[in-house]
Amino acid sequence: MRNSRRSVPLTLVAGVVLLYSLLPLVWLVINATKSQPGLFRSFGLWFDRDFALFDNISDTLRYDDGIFVRWLLNTLMYVVAGAGGATLLAVMGGYALAKFDFPGKRAVFAVVIGAVAVPGTALAVPTFLMFSEMGLTNTPWAVIIPSLISPFGLYLMWTFAEQAIPDELIEAARVDGAGEFRTFFRICLPVLAPGIVTVLLFTTVATWNNYFLPLIMLKNPDWYPLTLGLNAWNQQAGTAGGEAVFNLVITASLLTILPLIAAFLCLQRYWQSGLTAGSVKE
Amino acid sequence: MTATAQSDSHPRGKPRAGDPPHRTRSRRRWVGVGFIAPFLAVFTLVFLAPIVYSIYLSLFRERLIGGNSFVGFDNYVDVLNDDQFWTSLARVALFLAVQVPIMLGIALAVALAIDSRRLYAANLFRITVFLPYAVPAVVATLMWGFMYGSRFGLVGSINENLGLSLPNPLSPDLVLLSIGNIVTWEFVGYNMLIFYSALRVIPLSLYEAAEIDGAGQWRIISAIKLPAIRGALVVATIFSIIGSFQLFNEPSVMQSLAPNAIGTYFTPNMYAYSLSFSGQQYNYSAAVAIVMGIVTMIIAYVVQLRGLRRESAA
Repeated sequence: MRNSRRSVPLTLVAGVVLLYSLLPLVWLVINATKSQPGLFRSFGLWFDRDFALFDNISDTLRYDDGIFVRWLLNTLMYVVAGAGGATLLAVMGGYALAKFDFPGKRAVFAVVIGAVAVPGTALAVPTFLMFSEMGLTNTPWAVIIPSLISPFGLYLMWTFAEQAIPDELIEAARVDGAGEFRTFFRICLPVLAPGIVTVLLFTTVATWNNYFLPLIMLKNPDWYPLTLGLNAWNQQAGTAGGEAVFNLVITASLLTILPLIAAFLCLQRYWQSGLTAGSVKE
Repeated sequence: MTATAQSDSHPRGKPRAGDPPHRTRSRRRWVGVGFIAPFLAVFTLVFLAPIVYSIYLSLFRERLIGGNSFVGFDNYVDVLNDDQFWTSLARVALFLAVQVPIMLGIALAVALAIDSRRLYAANLFRITVFLPYAVPAVVATLMWGFMYGSRFGLVGSINENLGLSLPNPLSPDLVLLSIGNIVTWEFVGYNMLIFYSALRVIPLSLYEAAEIDGAGQWRIISAIKLPAIRGALVVATIFSIIGSFQLFNEPSVMQSLAPNAIGTYFTPNMYAYSLSFSGQQYNYSAAVAIVMGIVTMIIAYVVQLRGLRRESAA
């Protein structure tokens, strides 16, 4: 083991970055407790005399016939279908790349990695036009289908499966007469679990935070995810006759980020080990 | 390699794509295709088909008389002579040149600090600095945008309570810097984690050898750690370049908070977006997007080449 002498100055310097990372989150928590007049009259990083957090939460959930709850459910649907589907496709694809030889394997990998560099808008406009012709725009499918592809997830599962599944394991299952799909689902999936959780976490973040794609695809607020809804509430203050609801925008922002932050804190063992596995390859 | 083939047990390490096929593998090669087929099918629909369609669109033009007609590279010529396009491209290039080095520098410094094992509560650092990654760009922009604001934001509060007059971060002169700060905040932790993961897999024996040789911390960093994570540095740089050229979410959300400072062609992506969805100029928009895609790929490729060349020189 290396000798570890802890250093106070180094900790303080790094502490600056820590405070920087926390500052907006602290601001958000404090300001979610303020009523709209409270926002304007109090100091930004301290509480107002009225503690309105619970009023704000209940107003957020009820405003405009409870549209926030609808947006939350939409987001959950996009995450379950989009991130869940993306993870399944990435796991199966990564397993295939790691454990099978097939024609065109190298080409597959090169094309997928190259595609990462293509800008979102280069795809957005033609995807919108294509989906529009297929009648998919303004439906949840327009958000879910493009979410199903995660090149990063495929790459991560490829490296992870290479390391985690010994060939002997597959061999043994075949000798025992197990079919390919049975081998995959019953024997390999459990071994891949830590990698799967990592990919699921990252695709969940990507889907939960998605803004550009739904912005293009959806016109009907009933299908909005949280990110689009929040932006709409914020823009409302700037439009003629629109009601300014800054306290609701702030509270809704807090409610939007809490589930993901909780997930990351609970699952840290996975994303930390999963990323380490991914970096071995470099 | 023949030795490995004889003793049927593969070394635990990592079989590579180039290894000789396992005896049973060739029989079952189509099974592999079956496993990757669903991914490829969707990939074709949402990546390959749009790219092809985009190229097709960019070669046509909608005319008032005669409808849709083939115009060759006319749209591209127009893009290259389009001042608005160049203005937006210059803006993201400036952004790239300033923001990416600062962000990656902070990320690398924090990763090295955590890896040095000299921090108190190192785990707290790793988790907290990474947390902003879980925050959607929309929420990050709203939070910072409100804090920048003069009405109930932090800047306003500070001016009021301390009698200062800080410049308005949402003014046209400063808004790019303000956006740079938001993007840095969002992605420092993510890049830190990439660097830290790469640092973790450096064999401890290298450090032991260096310490026997009497090498100090800085020497260990410059001679062992940085060369060892060059791959991660190149990857992070490429992803950051791609991200900068695609800048959209933050300025787009910020637009309602700083309407005077952010126009419709603030970034190339916003330009392509407004061309399509406000102006219905799909063909021209496709050409703008493709030019940006090509620029991005060329720069990413150059960075990769430079990264690799240094690697082979070392």
